[in-house]
Amino acid sequence: MVLACPVSVPYVRHSERPAHWWIGRALRGLADASGLGPSDIDGLCASSFTLGPDTAVALTQHFGLTTRWLDHLPMGGAAGIIALRRAARAVQAGDAEVVACVAGDTHGGSSFSDLIAGFSRFSQDAVLPYGAGGPNASFALITREIMRRYGLGREAFGKLCVAQRHNALHYGKALMKKPLSLEDYLAGRPIADPITLFDCVMPCAGAEGFLVLREERAVDLGLPFARILSTQERHNAWPDDTVQYRCGWALDSERFWSAAGVGPDDVDLVQTYDDYPAIVAMQWVDLGFTSADAIADFIDRHSFTFDGSFPHNTSGGQLSVGQAGAAGGWLGLNEALRQVTGAGADNQVSDARIACVSGFGMINYDRGLCSTAALIAGGRS
Amino acid sequence: MSARIGPPAARSREALSLSAAAAAGRFRLQQCADCGGYAYPARDACPACWSADLQWRDAPDAGTLVSDTVQRHSFNEWFGARSPWRMGTVSLDAGPVALTHVHESLEIGQRVRVIARTDASGQGVLIALPETGDSTMTDDPNLSHLVCDPAGRSILVTDIGTVAGRAVAAALLEAGAARVHGGYSQAEAPEIDGVDAIPLDPADGQSVAELARRIGDSVDQVVFSGGGAWPGTALGEGDAVDAEDEMAINYFGLLNLARAFVPRLQARAADGGEAGHAWVNLLSVHALCGGTGFGTSAASQAAALSLSQSLRAELVGTGVRVVDVLTGPLEADGASAPPPRVRPAQLGAAVVAALQQGLERVPVGPAAEDLLNRYEENPWVLEREALLS
Repeated sequence: MVLACPVSVPYVRHSERPAHWWIGRALRGLADASGLGPSDIDGLCASSFTLGPDTAVALTQHFGLTTRWLDHLPMGGAAGIIALRRAARAVQAGDAEVVACVAGDTHGGSSFSDLIAGFSRFSQDAVLPYGAGGPNASFALITREIMRRYGLGREAFGKLCVAQRHNALHYGKALMKKPLSLEDYLAGRPIADPITLFDCVMPCAGAEGFLVLREERAVDLGLPFARILSTQERHNAWPDDTVQYRCGWALDSERFWSAAGVGPDDVDLVQTYDDYPAIVAMQWVDLGFTSADAIADFIDRHSFTFDGSFPHNTSGGQLSVGQAGAAGGWLGLNEALRQVTGAGADNQVSDARIACVSGFGMINYDRGLCSTAALIAGGRS
Repeated sequence: MSARIGPPAARSREALSLSAAAAAGRFRLQQCADCGGYAYPARDACPACWSADLQWRDAPDAGTLVSDTVQRHSFNEWFGARSPWRMGTVSLDAGPVALTHVHESLEIGQRVRVIARTDASGQGVLIALPETGDSTMTDDPNLSHLVCDPAGRSILVTDIGTVAGRAVAAALLEAGAARVHGGYSQAEAPEIDGVDAIPLDPADGQSVAELARRIGDSVDQVVFSGGGAWPGTALGEGDAVDAEDEMAINYFGLLNLARAFVPRLQARAADGGEAGHAWVNLLSVHALCGGTGFGTSAASQAAALSLSQSLRAELVGTGVRVVDVLTGPLEADGASAPPPRVRPAQLGAAVVAALQQGLERVPVGPAAEDLLNRYEENPWVLEREALLS
């Protein structure tokens, strides 16, 4: 099983079009890239926060698809890799030939505040009544803990954000077009201490999609593709931690690497879920790229631009490209797929073969519940 | 109708039990009857053993503040107008983690005690306070909306002709009230140091409306002290007070006062920000259950309590807090009321404490506490118990 055809529908800051429109653009992009049409796609996997009242079921009729395999993923930033895992199993088992994995969201009017108000029962009962700072506040509580445990200061997060902005300036579809300096970062206005402006993603409208199919089929179609070396998925890991500072990756990292037969040093680029920078640090530690003790030095020592010593979030990530709702969980995967197939923009990492991608999602109450990761390697057709 | 803007009010049905306990100032969590573990936020099954038998019980309130943030932006209009707003993560000794409002004096790592109160939307919230000491919420800009400290307020006590009214007026002055107006309906004005006595017959709608026009726009808090409950029967054998008079005072008196003063109080609350606006009803605890020897006067008290609940529902989100002080019989009510009886000063202190601590439902005296506890356990059993006495 391979993944192919990374489609990124250019994001916009405000849209009156519904999520369906955005997902439709992603599907059309998949058709244009693969030469396949609605009658060739027999599996669909969709993720969206603003699709209501519809689910993936309605999308089959909306887009004229007659699928024999269907999945709807409400896991936010973890959903992209879960889509890959499930679609690959479906194709492997023969439940589907070609699965379109799509995510898209709109952003306009009250869509974002509605999303926050209706996010989860626990946040309704036990988070929003304490200030309604939304995700900023929830992540601030976690960020405080990660800074304390890892001994990280704001400059460390600033270095990540500045590098991602540099990367975004080499990825044409990024919403952020202006360079960001460390001074700019440190001068960002406070949002929810210790989180400041440039720690926060910009919610926007957009869509992403890719195809999962057999390698032979991809070769027949002449599509550049990537193979799946390993994946992992966890939900509600470490429930007894009082404040989140680790997630499911820390439970599964050993099996994750051994299944792939490679180690962290073999990876050419890393795409993490970067909403917010402290969560990036958590992923690096949990996945074994560094350790809690060494991460401050790790950040100091490395450069994180696409041409740096540790190429990371080479498109600019959600922090500089924008967060198109559930498509945020696809962004890193699609960027990794472009990179390992040599299809990067002006941000191509040289000799990129193996990429590690991780996802994080759903602060149901006091912590993110879903964590995922995938190792993919570019193939040749 | 004035705008209703408050903190997010939506709650799951199960979480309303936290709100109901918070109205009485009690910190309660769900405890699993099968495995004994505490759960929070509110669930429909125990996360440790999946038992559905989760009971809201008084829980250990100690914990440690383990993280915090200051929110400088809010997606909620009410909080947005009051930024910055502090929130923290408390690791409760009982087990669960609670996100709470945080007293400004607290630092991460400090031991805390967590209390529950109802917020400006009338729903329960948790507040982390220093573990020891008399930390007040009044001076904390994030917490002052949870209390109605009478200090510095202008307050109307509707009847200082009653023992209860006199005691409450004195206690409010003692607690620092800037001005206390005391209504009286008898021929001669009672004299209480520091209280402005003003003629007021709550049963006379015109008298009430006239007074509201005169002083209503300067009053921050109203204490309805005209009511009372007297031993008696439904059939009226040997009753000291006529049933119609009881209704005229306890129910229609409250209704007249509310209709005249509440709109002005609401308007003041809308203009004045966090001025601690409150409506306090002194009610007999016998409002909760008939058949306990108070006959028709208990019925009129039940009517008043029902009216008070309606007022609370109509005032939620307007910045006016409705407080029910449920008292047992007063010492002054005479030998006919069964002991233990409440000393008037005790009642005055309870009203002040309810306002200072932001409570919406307080029993006064051991008889009232006992009756309220039994009512909360099972009101129908309480009725059957009354048959035995």
